[in-house]
Amino acid sequence: MKLRANLIIGGALFALAIVVGLLAPWLAHTDPVLDANLLNAEEPPSWTWWFGTDDQGRDIYSRVVYGARVSLTVGIVSQLINSVIGVALGLSAGYWGGWWDDVVNSLTNLMLAIPSLIFALAIMAVLGPGLTSLLIALGLTNWSFTCRIARASALSLRSQGYVQAATVLGYGDLRIMITQLLPNMLGPIVVIGTLGMGSAVLSEAALSFLGLGVRPPFPSWGSMLSDARDQITTAPWLSVFPGLAIFLTVLGLNLLGDGLRDILDPQSRSRRT
Amino acid sequence: MTGAPLIEVEDLRIDLDDGSRRVAAAEGISFRIDRGETFGLVGESGCGKSITALALIGLLRQPLSIGGGVIRFEGREIQHLSAARQRDLRGNRIAMIFQEPMTALNPVSPVGRQIAEMFVLHKGKSWREADRLAVEALASVRVPAPERRVKDYPHQLSGGMRQRVMIAIALACGPDLLIADEPTTALDVTVQAEIIELMRNLCAERGTAILMISHDLGLVANVCRRVAVMYAGRIVEERGSADIFRAPSHPYTRGLVASLPRLGSRAALGRTRLTEIAGVVPAITNFPDGCRFNPRCAQATDICRTTAPGADLLDPGGLVRCHHHA
Repeated sequence: MKLRANLIIGGALFALAIVVGLLAPWLAHTDPVLDANLLNAEEPPSWTWWFGTDDQGRDIYSRVVYGARVSLTVGIVSQLINSVIGVALGLSAGYWGGWWDDVVNSLTNLMLAIPSLIFALAIMAVLGPGLTSLLIALGLTNWSFTCRIARASALSLRSQGYVQAATVLGYGDLRIMITQLLPNMLGPIVVIGTLGMGSAVLSEAALSFLGLGVRPPFPSWGSMLSDARDQITTAPWLSVFPGLAIFLTVLGLNLLGDGLRDILDPQSRSRRT
Repeated sequence: MTGAPLIEVEDLRIDLDDGSRRVAAAEGISFRIDRGETFGLVGESGCGKSITALALIGLLRQPLSIGGGVIRFEGREIQHLSAARQRDLRGNRIAMIFQEPMTALNPVSPVGRQIAEMFVLHKGKSWREADRLAVEALASVRVPAPERRVKDYPHQLSGGMRQRVMIAIALACGPDLLIADEPTTALDVTVQAEIIELMRNLCAERGTAILMISHDLGLVANVCRRVAVMYAGRIVEERGSADIFRAPSHPYTRGLVASLPRLGSRAALGRTRLTEIAGVVPAITNFPDGCRFNPRCAQATDICRTTAPGADLLDPGGLVRCHHHA
């Protein structure tokens, strides 16, 4: 099987981000929090400070490397929660229809009407700041798109011959949903999921900026970006490198989603063999 | 279990609820199929043959519902069984194959997996065992190189191969009744003959009864021992399939037989015009009074327009619903 370029590049970028996150203690030059030295404040990138230093003299490279941990955890875990909730609700609503569909639809509309960040803020306010509550808050507030897609797919797939055939062959509802509907809607769900991971990384940045996400001084790409706002003209490297990290990760995720969608569709797979 | 028919339908009525009122999409449907028997249901589109089949397997959905009558499977009434019990019958004891082999297979699942699923679902086999049985099932429907084919996806198979896979899935659990709803309509003629032959042989080997539904009288008469002809929601004639060709009794059946093109008829009879039945099937909401065939029937008299004909028994075995049957 010939792999497509988008799958390779996307997979490589995403894998790189994960490896960096996992190996952070070995890759970082300095401790991201403790090694602050005001004598080195706002150094531009150089051989000593690869990505420069921030206004407290901390090594940006080391902070970006450690920041991968927070950003990826938030991106992956919260989007997984979103996908599971969205697929479970959307799939069952589309397949069963009736009052359950009405309930799920109203719930989805409610979620879409309230900006998810505001909703996440409310949840964070109840749970208190920290990584766990961040995961829960972002995981409970961004499932509406996945839900919509899953419901629409289930609606159109429900009338497909093989779904009816499965009913005739004595499949139960749950089995039909898992073996017949789910695999056929996985493509768009995965694509939406990878896009969602990107936006979760950005949401984490916003919440951290508001003081509800990862507590400073621990680095996350989002909070670094927010902190660097004031110095964007005087010390652009403060925002460029975390921004680049977010950009490359989100790009990698989107390319990966694209490539996965091609793989998950057996028809396009054999076209290339 | 000897003596009792495999499946027996008595005075079945299927209602169509169009929101404001209920009309009978099919009524007075009665027939029985014995173990290992082949029974055909013939009629034009919309005459109620497919919904009759759906009623048998308990899959009528709104706006259709069973309005009355009894369906017995091995002597037990099944029309009021719980959803779970009906599901247990479906696929396991009563299986069905469809018109469209293109769409009746899940496109993202290898065909072997789809066959194996039946063993897991109904026979409680492990996946390893089921995968092995799937290869055997595929071999039994004469798919070459079955151990390689099980890994294929439906789009990699031809229409005939897909219908073979469908048959393998349907017969996987050794059902007692196979419902074939226009099983070969989407296939070309040579493949059609192969598939029919295969289906007939496999069912004969295993003692599986066939309920074949088609608009093709010739095909059904070829496969089935007995044939029921449906018109506008009623069975108008039920005969042995040889009799129905030799001496069709109901004017509608006569029309159907006469409208079949015969190979070589031009040489024997000279240039003749193919006869057709004038008019179209009335809409479900607009069935005529009396005999429903009367607006299209050349022999219709006053009684046909007012009174629905009862069932007259024919010799040898069979019945017809017509005031003026031959």
